[in-house]
Amino acid sequence: MTTLWPTLELVLTKHPLVTAFAVVGFIMWSASILSKRLTRGRMHASAIAIAIGLLLAYLSGLSTGGTKGVADIEWLSGMGLLGGAMLRDFAIVATAFGVRLDEFRKTGLAGMLSLVIGVLLSFFVGATVAYAFGYRDAVSMTTIGGGAATYIVGPVTGSALGASSEVMALSVAAGLVKSILVMVVTPAVARWIGLTTPRAALIFGGLMGTTSGVAAGLAATDEKLVPYGAMTATFYTGLGCLLGPSLVFFTIRVLLSL
Amino acid sequence: MTIYGTALLAACLLAGNFLGLLLGQAMGIDANVGGVGIAMLLLIVVTDRLRDRGLLAAPTQTGVVYWSSVYIPIVVAMAATQNVLAAVSAGTVALLAGGLAVAAGFVLVPLLARLGNDA
Repeated sequence: MTTLWPTLELVLTKHPLVTAFAVVGFIMWSASILSKRLTRGRMHASAIAIAIGLLLAYLSGLSTGGTKGVADIEWLSGMGLLGGAMLRDFAIVATAFGVRLDEFRKTGLAGMLSLVIGVLLSFFVGATVAYAFGYRDAVSMTTIGGGAATYIVGPVTGSALGASSEVMALSVAAGLVKSILVMVVTPAVARWIGLTTPRAALIFGGLMGTTSGVAAGLAATDEKLVPYGAMTATFYTGLGCLLGPSLVFFTIRVLLSL
Repeated sequence: MTIYGTALLAACLLAGNFLGLLLGQAMGIDANVGGVGIAMLLLIVVTDRLRDRGLLAAPTQTGVVYWSSVYIPIVVAMAATQNVLAAVSAGTVALLAGGLAVAAGFVLVPLLARLGNDA
């Protein structure tokens, strides 16, 4: 008996990706049962599965003190590979299969507009909050504003401008808050904000920009909308990294000197 | 063969990321600009052409469709490997900066969707 778990753990640890397939399958299965039994199908099984994933990540963070959710538990390290950027992007691209190009063309202008507005708005909101809490130099305001864009834009902007490590950590935390909120809140407000069509999803992706947040938020709302939101969202981080240390930084510096 | 579809998908992602990095370099930033988006466009265009010429056999399609159908499980794995603890225990500044950015985005979705309809 005493050797059962160590042996099983050894097997699981030696097959990281295979273990992840089995574990995720089990989570999906539990979620579909919970969806049917507890909510009579009213709450999407994928929304429940994503919520379970986030809860497990939270509990793992508490018990391991790590930053990678369940992947910090050795026998679950394969979850990091399955849920990492490589396979996530691979699957996102696959969702575009069978999508008609017309949809992107029709919404092209609104999509681009939503990207620019989304990036600038996030910087503005983040920088304003930073100012209100006493971070009143242009470098800190731009860096925290970048975090309100995504958790990649923040540190990229911060290191380009030479922000302090405290401000960098704040900006990453702001980006994490955004990403997780988008995952959790999107299915709840989708109908209310008219997030039911491909064009609305394109605009949503451009406004939010956090690829992980948009990817999970739309998956929990309506799988068919995923390629549209993901398409615009993938341009967001690049645009943010471009505008942050340049246009946004100079604008904030000029505004502060008035 | 199924692998043809998966290989095509892989080639699209690699080419997209390659072009995305080149685009970033051309803009003078060390970031990938829209690599995944470019890959999606590539996949749509290439599979359209192949389908028109009757070169997209059913097994080939399976090699792409499989990955699109495991998208949600992959996202669940992604959710399970996020730093949720840091997000939940973030200080007021981070909570407000991230939270208000999300709220502003949600409010703007219907406004921009309406704006585009007139054009």
